[in-house]
Amino acid sequence: MRKKTVGNLFVLILVCVGLMFVVSCAQTEVQSTSPEDTQAEEAVQEEEIQAEDDDAAAQAALEEEALAREKANARAMFVSENIYFDYDDSSLDDMAREILKQKAEWLNDNPDVSVVIEGHCDERGTTEYNLALGDRRAESTRSYLIDLGIAPSRLEKISYGEEMPAVQGSNEDAWAKNRRAAFTIK
Amino acid sequence: MKKKSINLILFIILLALPESVYATYDYIDITSPYLRKLPIAVPVFRDMTGSSDEQIFSDAASNLLSETLDFTGYFKIISREAYLEYPREKGITELKLNFRNWTGIGSELLITGGVWVTGDKVKIELRLFDTFKERMILGKLYKGSVSDQRRIIRKFCGEVIYKLTGSQGIFSSKIAFVSTGTGNKEIYTCDFDGFNPRRLTNNKAITLSPAWSSDGKWMAYTSYARGKPHLYIKNIKEKRGTVVAKPGVNITPAWVPGQFSLAATLSFTGDPEIYMLTGTGKIIKRLTHMWGIDVSPTFSPDGKQMAFVSKRSGTPQIYIQNLDTGIARRLTFEGQYNTTPSWSPRGDKIAYSSLNNGQFDVYVIDVSGQNLRGLTENAGDNESPTWSPDGSLIAFSTSREGKSRIYVMTAYGTEQRRLLKLPGEQTNPKWSPKNVDN
Repeated sequence: MRKKTVGNLFVLILVCVGLMFVVSCAQTEVQSTSPEDTQAEEAVQEEEIQAEDDDAAAQAALEEEALAREKANARAMFVSENIYFDYDDSSLDDMAREILKQKAEWLNDNPDVSVVIEGHCDERGTTEYNLALGDRRAESTRSYLIDLGIAPSRLEKISYGEEMPAVQGSNEDAWAKNRRAAFTIK
Repeated sequence: MKKKSINLILFIILLALPESVYATYDYIDITSPYLRKLPIAVPVFRDMTGSSDEQIFSDAASNLLSETLDFTGYFKIISREAYLEYPREKGITELKLNFRNWTGIGSELLITGGVWVTGDKVKIELRLFDTFKERMILGKLYKGSVSDQRRIIRKFCGEVIYKLTGSQGIFSSKIAFVSTGTGNKEIYTCDFDGFNPRRLTNNKAITLSPAWSSDGKWMAYTSYARGKPHLYIKNIKEKRGTVVAKPGVNITPAWVPGQFSLAATLSFTGDPEIYMLTGTGKIIKRLTHMWGIDVSPTFSPDGKQMAFVSKRSGTPQIYIQNLDTGIARRLTFEGQYNTTPSWSPRGDKIAYSSLNNGQFDVYVIDVSGQNLRGLTENAGDNESPTWSPDGSLIAFSTSREGKSRIYVMTAYGTEQRRLLKLPGEQTNPKWSPKNVDN
């Protein structure tokens, strides 16, 4: 009778131990798969995130480039576009006012910039009188920009009279192109 | 020998006698608009000891005298080929000359000279004769270095002109002008006849509008040396001075006769107006108060009136302002564009340039506004007239040769000839007052 119980107990213990192994193996197996799974999931996620970042960066770069080009163009336009005057006249016509309005906009967009307004004349007339006329042209231009709200301290003026023509020639075409106010950035 | 000593004594006595002993003949009426040129003979001077140095000096000096007198426009120089006798061989004094040989060829005046040269020293006797009256009217003895030839001849010319016209000559005056020879506009000066051109400024920037002070010691001008049109007032010899550097333009200086002050156009208020400044550049007073360009002042010889250019009536015209009352009246009513006025040192006329059929010409008008006369025509653009200090000649710039050059003419527009030719273009002449230190 006693021998059978001990034997039964021993078998029970064996079985339990065996079960424990089974359980722990199973558990280990499960444990071992989840980190891999997680890594694969994370890797995928990383890729996705990167893909999003690349697009955004590329887009932003393109936009920045476009913006820079626009800025350079606007600046070049500001500097290269002159306003023109009638013979022996320093008053602003409608075209001149339009151009000056655009220039005022640009100046508002670029508050750090100060400019020099140059007054020029065609070669006709005497040197002395033309120095004064060039000054009047620079002054009308400057006054109008001030009226449009640009701070006077940002606008310097200078007259060159007939001393620095933009175009050589003794014909109305050349003369018309020389009767101008021009802009340079300080 | 005896005759010679008598001559010498007579000569010295004649020199010592006061001027009033000679009757004053009205040889040249400088106010006459129809000036007859006075025929004069200037034979080669006599080399008194026959040395080759004396011959060289005699040739050069007598030719220089001839050219200098010719420059004034008062004389018709008789060609030496017409001569019937030669003072160089016969003698240079009254007793040696046969005046009929001179009146016979149409000469009313005669100048003889005798030259002694020892080493680099020269002694020269010069005599001016009235051939019809057969008498000497001017006799001078000069001593100096051989290199003083030009100075001696000019001094004598000054005496000749004074004797014949009663007016001081121009022979120690100079002309300032602008030239582009260096690549930039700089200010130059030269003698009244175009000799000895010298560059005065070295700004390497646009430099314009020279103006001499009355004592000939200061020059005012506008220069972009510091990047903007500033007014420089410089002592010519000592190279010191002031700069008027107000915002806007600082241009067209003009000195007040006899004073150390000048007028100039400044635009620091936003409009070009004429101001009176001290010789050190301080504003004394504002002279014009009208909206519109006011520029290019020029003063009457008594300093009481100022002519200037103003656009106040719509086009550039010349106005005259009384400096006491401040009242201005318009002078020019013909033409749409009248600028660069210059007041004659004789006080009666103003020369200016006027746009006429698309080109500029020099005009002269009485201060009263009458007797408007054009002096140039169909000869390119003629601008910036400036009077000689005795009011007998006008220098101006002209484009008739293509490149701009300085020309000189008489006050009546005759004898238009080029003063000098330098590399580049020459513009903006300004004649100095009578005596300028060399």
